[in-house]
Amino acid sequence: MRDIASWALNVATLRGTTYADARVADDRSRALSTKNGKVGHASDSESLGIGVRVIADGAWGFAASDDLSRAAVEATAARAVDIAKASARVKQHDIQLAPEKPATAEWTTPCKIDPFATSVEQNIDLLLKIDSELRSVRGVTLAEANMNFRREEQWFVSSEGANIHQTKYTTGVGYAAHAFAGSEIQKRSYPNSFGGQWQNKGYELIGELKLVENARRVGEEAVALLKAERCPEGVFTIILDGSQLGLQIHESVGHPIELDRVLGMEANFAGTSFLTLDKLRTLRYGSELVSMVADARQEHGPGLGTFAFDDEGVPAQCTPIITNGLFTGYLSSRETAHTIGANRSGGTLRAEGWNRLPIIRMTNVSILPGKKPLTREQLIASTDDGIYMETNRSWSIDDKRYNFQFGCEAGWEIKNGKRTRLLKNPSYSGLTTEFWNSLDAICSRDEWVLWGTPHCGKGQPQQVMGTGHGAAPARFAGVKVGSAYKGT
Amino acid sequence: MLDKDKASEIFEQIKKYSSADEVEILFYGGKSALTRFANNTIHQNVAEENYVVSVRTAFGRRTARATTNKFDDESLKRVVQAAESLSKVQHPDPDLLPMPDAGEGARATPIPGRYFAETAAITPEGRAGAVKKIVGVAAKHKLTSAGIFSTAESVEGIFNSRGLADWHTQTSSEISTTMLATDSSGWQKANSPNVAQLDAVKLAEIAARKALESAGPREIPAGKYTVILEPAAVLDIVGFMFFDFGGLAILDQRSFLNNRVGTQIFGENINIWDDVGHPLQSGAPFDGEGMRRQRVHLVENGVVKRLVYARASAEKMKNSEHKDKVGPIEPTGHGFPIPNEMGEAPMNIVFDAPREPKTVDQMIATTDRGVLVTRLWYIREVDPYEKILTGMTRDGTFYVEKGKIHHGVRNFRFNESLIHMLSNVEEMGTPVRASGEESFDMVVPAMKVREFNFTEVTKF
Repeated sequence: MRDIASWALNVATLRGTTYADARVADDRSRALSTKNGKVGHASDSESLGIGVRVIADGAWGFAASDDLSRAAVEATAARAVDIAKASARVKQHDIQLAPEKPATAEWTTPCKIDPFATSVEQNIDLLLKIDSELRSVRGVTLAEANMNFRREEQWFVSSEGANIHQTKYTTGVGYAAHAFAGSEIQKRSYPNSFGGQWQNKGYELIGELKLVENARRVGEEAVALLKAERCPEGVFTIILDGSQLGLQIHESVGHPIELDRVLGMEANFAGTSFLTLDKLRTLRYGSELVSMVADARQEHGPGLGTFAFDDEGVPAQCTPIITNGLFTGYLSSRETAHTIGANRSGGTLRAEGWNRLPIIRMTNVSILPGKKPLTREQLIASTDDGIYMETNRSWSIDDKRYNFQFGCEAGWEIKNGKRTRLLKNPSYSGLTTEFWNSLDAICSRDEWVLWGTPHCGKGQPQQVMGTGHGAAPARFAGVKVGSAYKGT
Repeated sequence: MLDKDKASEIFEQIKKYSSADEVEILFYGGKSALTRFANNTIHQNVAEENYVVSVRTAFGRRTARATTNKFDDESLKRVVQAAESLSKVQHPDPDLLPMPDAGEGARATPIPGRYFAETAAITPEGRAGAVKKIVGVAAKHKLTSAGIFSTAESVEGIFNSRGLADWHTQTSSEISTTMLATDSSGWQKANSPNVAQLDAVKLAEIAARKALESAGPREIPAGKYTVILEPAAVLDIVGFMFFDFGGLAILDQRSFLNNRVGTQIFGENINIWDDVGHPLQSGAPFDGEGMRRQRVHLVENGVVKRLVYARASAEKMKNSEHKDKVGPIEPTGHGFPIPNEMGEAPMNIVFDAPREPKTVDQMIATTDRGVLVTRLWYIREVDPYEKILTGMTRDGTFYVEKGKIHHGVRNFRFNESLIHMLSNVEEMGTPVRASGEESFDMVVPAMKVREFNFTEVTKF
């Protein structure tokens, strides 16, 4: 495959490019799902191709093809150069890349059990067992479960001499129980909503999650929500579980720190960011307890944003994003690093596959756990009056990533340090910086989980990417609750 | 481009490699290119060619699918083997039907030609030339432009071992642009199979005018307002309900139409069709199983009269407790490729024109106090049965008073029930082909809606 990529580089260089890279990627995935006692989906998929990225006449061009014959690869490289020259017709300045020492490397996700080597029959049996547990609860009207595996092998070479071979494994699993009665549909999911938990791991993830053990409880909670009281409207202290906090981080920290958004490069689609360059090292993003990093390194954990090198050959790094509440860092690339005075990319450029141009993506954007030992139950016990919310149901944020509203699947009233009644349809809303400044407690390392967000959309043509978010349950004071149902 | 003859040869090869009772092959792919600009510069410019073959095998009532983008002998053997291996370990599905033959189902809905050589012939230079004109409009108005110009030619085909063979080729083109001023922005988007229908300068000028006229946005309080939703805003919000119009959604009890089919849930002025043959629609005239897409009157005078069905969903519905409450039950050619969990959905939505269509300007002129909305953003479902959606306004939101646009306003968050919204439509425009970012393209009108529920205001 390296030879194939090199054919592209040779043509690009001969045609007068000042920079070129080529990625050959071999992508394999399996999707299994069940619904109400039957297999819903069973499919395997593979995709192999090459993407060639060049700078010519000071502008970018990119072309991709599924045809790996020498003639087709060379034609693809030539097409990328032609496209770059067309781009140069509408430019304000020449592209400059931050320097990066070209690496030669091999890397594979630490993977104890190759998920593709496991028995499909047993995997379906596991999903059907979960399904059976969910539907054993009277009132559950729809049970869904899914299991997904992916293996991405990539060869990256550049005209600067980089030569990197990486293989990433991803495993995802989850399920949901729906209950419909009267004029209401309620739902509970495990371990997270919208596909469950996803990590860069092998099949061992499946065994770690106590899937069958939690199924009946999840079904019972879905049905119980039908009879629960609606979450009140007002201003409350709230506690978010780790999975919901992970999505809160994704939307209100992860996206606004993307430097391409900040610089207006996503203005037509994903939007821009309230985090203009003047806010670096001046904005009080959160309270003193809020420290976050963007960490792609393996030592951060098996997140969906974990790798050895990004898709322009920059090594994985840890960038402090918020340090004791102060905004300290953006997600950057070789093209954008200079705009924040950095002499090196933060290593966050990633592509969905061989046929997509790499763009700035979140790696693992995580809040650091509290330093003092604090469990979720201790956090609840230390709260006089509040609402505990668990598992995302809806999420929305404006195009500068400032005004947000989240709904959760279930809430519980907290009175005098105890979880009391179950509440349906909990939601909360606010402004990003006001919200993070209201954080007054966060649980410690034992409660911290690296959650996966497998379907983050960005770019045109749109690309879907997995991102990681480490989070522990946390408490926020004075939060607006319930406006999702206000006036409806 | 992959053509039907070549695809047919590949299918014959795959049949030889398979020992399954039945085999079905889907083909899709093509050539596409997209020129992206921001800060008045082309900053991303891409092209791609990729074709995929997706093989479904069935052994009795066991079925599964495998997909590859490699068409050499070894890869085709491997993909057949993968599909068969997956199929054989499935539990038998009592609802799985034999694959349809070429004669099954109703007659085809005729569709207009959707392949335009002029679109297929657009070059990177051609796209850059159009972008240069858009950037020129931005420069003229001292604005910053961002956007895309994309073109594609694509194929979609289906073959099965019962003799069904169908093929669709079409082109597509799209321009969208955002114009940014210091504290305001404007946006426009259009697409068509025929690139000659796109007017880059006109779109840029409208987006620029919106950016200029919404400059210095003022904050007005959240609350219930009469809103004038431009077609893209209508499209993006109503698109969230059509996945509930499938028979399987009713059977799964995940649809907001459970117990509501045949009842008056929208205003009497709402009439909605699914019509792949409509001249402003796009796409193939067959579904994921090869069934011909039928023209279906989904909503008649505010009453949901019809659902759409894949073959298996129709069979299941006929034997269900819902069968007497959901209108006519028959396969309509709206199924997704099998196996899947979702069943079917109408994907070629067309709203009927009102008796007296109004332009957006006429709607503004009859509005005493309201908000004009160019575009909605980040829409998500808050409540699945009441169909409450949340989201934001974006890129051109204006306060209207006494029949005139007064000034731009800071963007609102809404929490609005689609049932409520489509019961409160006071006026509509002539339906147009609209395109947004949250839903699939449709033929929809602009709408004037009373008591639209804005719950918060953001800071810009």
